[in-house]
Amino acid sequence: MEKKEYLELYRQMITIRRLEETAAELYQKGEIGGFLHLYIGQEAVSTGILATRQPQDRVITAYRDHGVAINAGILVRNVMAELLGKTTGCSQGKGGSMHMADVDKNYWGGHAIVGAHIPIATGLALADQMEKRAAVTICMFGEGATNIGFFHEGVNLAKTWNLPVLWVCENNRYGMGTSPERASAVSAIIQKACGYGMPAYDVDGMDVLAVKDIVAERLEEIRAGSGPQFLEICTYRFRGHSMGDPEKYRSPDEVKKFVENGPIDRFQKYLLEQGLCGQAEMDQIMQKVEEEIEQGVKFARESPEPEDAALFEHIYVDDNQRGEA
Amino acid sequence: MAKIIEMPKLGFDMAEGTLVSWVKAEGEKIEKGEVLAEIETDKATVQVESSASGILYKQLIQADTTLPIGSPIAVIAEEGESVDLEELLGDQSSQIDEGSKQSEIEKAEAETEVLTSEEESADVEDFIKASPLARSMAKENALDLTQLKGSGPGGRIVKRDVEQALQSGAGRETLITPSIIVPGRDEHIPLSRLRSAIGKRMQESNQSIPHFFITRSFRVDDLMRVRQQMNDERDAEEKLSLNDFIVKACGLALRQFPNLNASLRDDAIVQHGDINIGNAVSLENGLLTVVVRNADQKTLNEISKETGDMAQRARDGKLRNEDVEGSTFTISNLGMYAVEDFVAIINPPEAAILAVGSAQEGAIVEQGQVKAGWLMKVTLSADHRITDGAEGALFLQHLAQFIEQPWRLM
Amino acid sequence: MSMITMREAISQALWEEMERDEKIFILGEEVGVWGGTYAVTKGFLDHFGAERVRDTPIAESAIVGAAIGAALAGMRPVAELMTINFAFVAMDHIVNQAAKMHYMFGGQMKLPLVIRAPGGGGRQLAATHSQTPDAIFAHFPGLKVVAPGTPEDAKGLLKASIRSDDPVLFIENATIYQQRGEVPEGDYVIPIGESKIQREGRHVTLVTYSKMVQYSLQAAEKLAQEGIEVEVIDLRSLRPLDMQPVIASFKRTNRAVIAEEGWLSFGVGAEVAARLYQEAFDYVDAPIRRVAQKEVPLPYNRRLEQLALPQVEDIIQAVREVLK
Repeated sequence: MEKKEYLELYRQMITIRRLEETAAELYQKGEIGGFLHLYIGQEAVSTGILATRQPQDRVITAYRDHGVAINAGILVRNVMAELLGKTTGCSQGKGGSMHMADVDKNYWGGHAIVGAHIPIATGLALADQMEKRAAVTICMFGEGATNIGFFHEGVNLAKTWNLPVLWVCENNRYGMGTSPERASAVSAIIQKACGYGMPAYDVDGMDVLAVKDIVAERLEEIRAGSGPQFLEICTYRFRGHSMGDPEKYRSPDEVKKFVENGPIDRFQKYLLEQGLCGQAEMDQIMQKVEEEIEQGVKFARESPEPEDAALFEHIYVDDNQRGEA
Repeated sequence: MAKIIEMPKLGFDMAEGTLVSWVKAEGEKIEKGEVLAEIETDKATVQVESSASGILYKQLIQADTTLPIGSPIAVIAEEGESVDLEELLGDQSSQIDEGSKQSEIEKAEAETEVLTSEEESADVEDFIKASPLARSMAKENALDLTQLKGSGPGGRIVKRDVEQALQSGAGRETLITPSIIVPGRDEHIPLSRLRSAIGKRMQESNQSIPHFFITRSFRVDDLMRVRQQMNDERDAEEKLSLNDFIVKACGLALRQFPNLNASLRDDAIVQHGDINIGNAVSLENGLLTVVVRNADQKTLNEISKETGDMAQRARDGKLRNEDVEGSTFTISNLGMYAVEDFVAIINPPEAAILAVGSAQEGAIVEQGQVKAGWLMKVTLSADHRITDGAEGALFLQHLAQFIEQPWRLM
Repeated sequence: MSMITMREAISQALWEEMERDEKIFILGEEVGVWGGTYAVTKGFLDHFGAERVRDTPIAESAIVGAAIGAALAGMRPVAELMTINFAFVAMDHIVNQAAKMHYMFGGQMKLPLVIRAPGGGGRQLAATHSQTPDAIFAHFPGLKVVAPGTPEDAKGLLKASIRSDDPVLFIENATIYQQRGEVPEGDYVIPIGESKIQREGRHVTLVTYSKMVQYSLQAAEKLAQEGIEVEVIDLRSLRPLDMQPVIASFKRTNRAVIAEEGWLSFGVGAEVAARLYQEAFDYVDAPIRRVAQKEVPLPYNRRLEQLALPQVEDIIQAVREVLK
C-alpha cells in the first residue's frame, strides 16, 4: 500500500466520525428527525471493506449506513442534505438516515427492515451470475439480523445457487439492547455459517487494515467462483443504538474500555509509529475534514425543501403516475 | 466564549424534556463529553453530556422543570470569564420563565373538555325517504316530494315514482303546477346609531314644529340647456349637477328672505348671518346632511366640488365635523329617482327645507297651446312660528328667477 | 382469434415474452422440473434452460427478495408464488420493499418485476390455502395489482405487466385455469389500469373482476331472459383502479352491484362503492350492493365451503334487490 492510500483510509474514518458527531448535534437541535443510528466506533469496518472492493462489486447494508455512504463516495454535503430532508440529499429527502444510496456508485442502500435486504443481496448476486459479470455482492448486516427468517432464506438460496456474495456480519455485540447471548442459539455468529456449508472467517473490526486484508482475500476467492462466504467482523458502537437510547443494557465501564481503544486512535498510533504520517499532517487532514463538514452542514441548511409536488413523485416509473388507486 | 446549552432532542418524537437533576454544580469545572445533567424524556431518564468545556457558569433552570427542546438550560463559560446573561440569552430568557408554566398550560388544556356546539337535532318525523336521484330529479322539476308516494323498499321514493308523477302531472284539474310555498322568516335588524339619531330628530321636528307646505313648478328648460353647455366643456369629475345650480339659487334667494334662513331661540327669531346650505346625502344605513358654507358667495364650481368631496367623504366614513355642522337651510333632492314631488321634514333648528323633485319633460300650456317643456317641482316646508305662507310663496317666486333664468346665477 | 384456456393464455404470454427479451427469467417453487403446480410453465425448462427457469427452495421471502435484487441489477424476473396464500411469508418484500424502494431512494432504483400468484377457493383446500386477499395488496401505493378474468385479458395484461418498469402483482385464480375464451392472434398488450365493459346493459351496473367475471356474465344471461339488462364491467386492474366506465355506466343505470370473491368487509367492493357514492351521488337510486365471500375462514366441508363462497345465484339476488 502507498502512503496516500493509508492517509485516505484515515481521512475517510475521520470524516465518518465527525459526520456522525455533527449529525448527533443536529438531531438534538431538532433539525434531523426520525431515527438516527450512529456508526461511531465502527468506522474501520465499512472503510476497510469498501477500500478493497472493485467498482463492479455491489454493497448493500442495513440502517446504520452513513459510514458506507461516505466510503462509497457520496459527498458529506449530500449525506447531510438527506438527513435534513432536502432535495439535494442523495435520496432527494425521501429516505432519510436509513435510506442512503447511490446506485451509480454501486451502493444499494440503506435498509430499515432488519434483514430484509439479505434476500435482495441474493438477487443482486443472481443477476451478476446470470450475466456473467465478475462482481461480488457485499451484504452487511448486524448480528441481530442473523436470527430473522430473511437471513436464513436469503443465505440458503445464495449458497444453493452458488452465488457471488460476501456475507459480512458486523457483530457490535448488541442488537438494539439485546446481546447475542440473549438472542441467538449460537452466539459465536461465525458458527452459523456452518449450517450453510460456507467458509467462514472472523476479524477484529477495530483494525482497519486487518478488515481490508481479509475482505480482499474473500473477494478474490468469491470472484473466482468459490460461492458465498461468511465474514464476522467484531466491532462495537460507542453510542447507543440510536439517539435517545438510555443504554441500560451495558455498563459505562464496558463502553469506556472500547472507546479508549477505538479504531481511529489505533490507526493514528499505527501511522505515527510506522512513520507513515506526522502529527502536523494529521491535523491538516482533520482541519480539512472539519471544513468539509461545516460546508456540508451549510449546504444542507441552505438547500431547498422539496415542493408539495415531490410528495407524489417516484411512486411509479411508468408514466410517472401518482399513487392514488 | 460563553456557550448556551439547550434542552436536547433525545428521541424522534420528543417535544419537551424535564431536568431531573444537575450532576455538575454551578462554578464546577466541566469537560466536553462529561455528564452535565440527567434529563427525563417520556421514555427514560438519560444522562446528557456537555458539548463544551469550561466552567458551569449558570444553571438556568431548577430540577423538575420541564421545557420544550431547544430551550436554554445552562451556560458554560471559560474559567474566570464573566458573562452578561441578559445579553447572551436575549429574548430566549423569556422561554425559561414560560417553560415550567407552559407544560402546565398544556396539561390544563388537555384536561379541559372540548365544548362542542349544540347540534341541531334532525326533525325525524319530517324526513322523507327518497333516493339521491329521486331528490335531484324532483328538485329539477320543482316537484314536492311530500306529494309523492314511494314504491321503493320501505316506502322510498325512487326514480320511477318521480317519473310517474311528472307524466301524470300530479292529477289536477288545472294544468298549473302548484307553486311550492316557502314560508318566510322575519328578520330582526337592530337600529344603527345613525338611523336612531335621525329618527329622534325627525320625530322631534315633526311633533314640535308646526309645518306648512308650498309646492311650485319651475320651467327648467334654460337651466338644463345652460348646464349641458357648461358640462360639455368639462371633464367627467368636474361636471355640474342640477343640484349645484339649485344650491346656488337658494343661496342667492335666501339673501332676500332672511326669515327662511333663521332659527327660533326662546322668543326670538335669530336670522343667521351666513347662508349655509345643507344637502341631504343618502348612505347605506341612513342619511346625512353635508353643508356648503356661504353658498350664496361661492361659485358653482366651488359648490360642486365641495359637495362632491363631502359626499365622497360621507361614503368613505371620513366626514369632518365642519362638513355636517352649521347648516341654516336644507335641500333634499330626490330628483335622481324620478320622484315628481314630495314633502320633507324640517331639519331642526332650521326654519325651512326645500324638497326637490326630478326635472321631467311634460306638457305645458302656453297661450292656449300645448307644448313640450321641462318642469321641476319643489315643495317648501316651513316653520309657522317663524314665517308664513305669503312669505314662503314670495320666496319661491324669487327663487324662480334664479332657477328659470340661470344666467342670474353666474 | 383462437379459443384457448386461461392457463394457455398465461403460459403463451410468458413464453412469448421470454423469447422476446432474454433478461426475463422465471423463479419459483416447482416451476422448472415439475412444470409448475398449475402446469403454466410446462415445457419452459427444456426450452429456456435452467438459468432462466429456476426452481427455488420453499422460501417465499427469498423468492421475492431475489427477484427484487435481480430486477435492481437489470434483469426482468417473473417470480411465481405457488399460491397467493404464501404471499404473506413474503409480505415484507412485496409491500415494504418492492412497493417502496423506487420512492424511498428518490427515484434511483427501478424494480421491473412481476409476481404471479394464483388465489381463490372452492376446492376443499381449507382455510389457509383458499383465500382471496387481493384488496390487501391493492391498498399499497407503489405496487400495481392486476387480476384478469378472461384469457384475452390474462395474456395481454401479463405482457403489459412484464413490460412495465414497475413491480406488478399479477393475480390469477387457481380454479379457472381451464376456462376458455377467445384471444387475438399475434402480439398484443392490454394496458394496466383500464376497466372493460364485458357486456352492455341498461338496467344495472355489475362491477366485478377475476373469477367473478364469468359468474357475473352467467347471472346477466339468466336475468336477460326476464328482460333485465345487466351491464357487466370488468375492472381487470385493482391498482390503478379505472372507475371511469363504471361511473359512466352507473349514471345511466343508477343501480349497482359489485361482485368479488374476497370477504365483504374492507374489500374491493367497499372501495368501488365509496367511489360511486362520492362521484355519482345524485345518480344513486338504490343502495349499492356487494356480493362477496361470507366472513368466515373457508372450511374443508364441500357444502359449507360453497355456502361461504359467492355464487351466481347470489349475484342474481343482489341485482333483483337493487332493482326493487
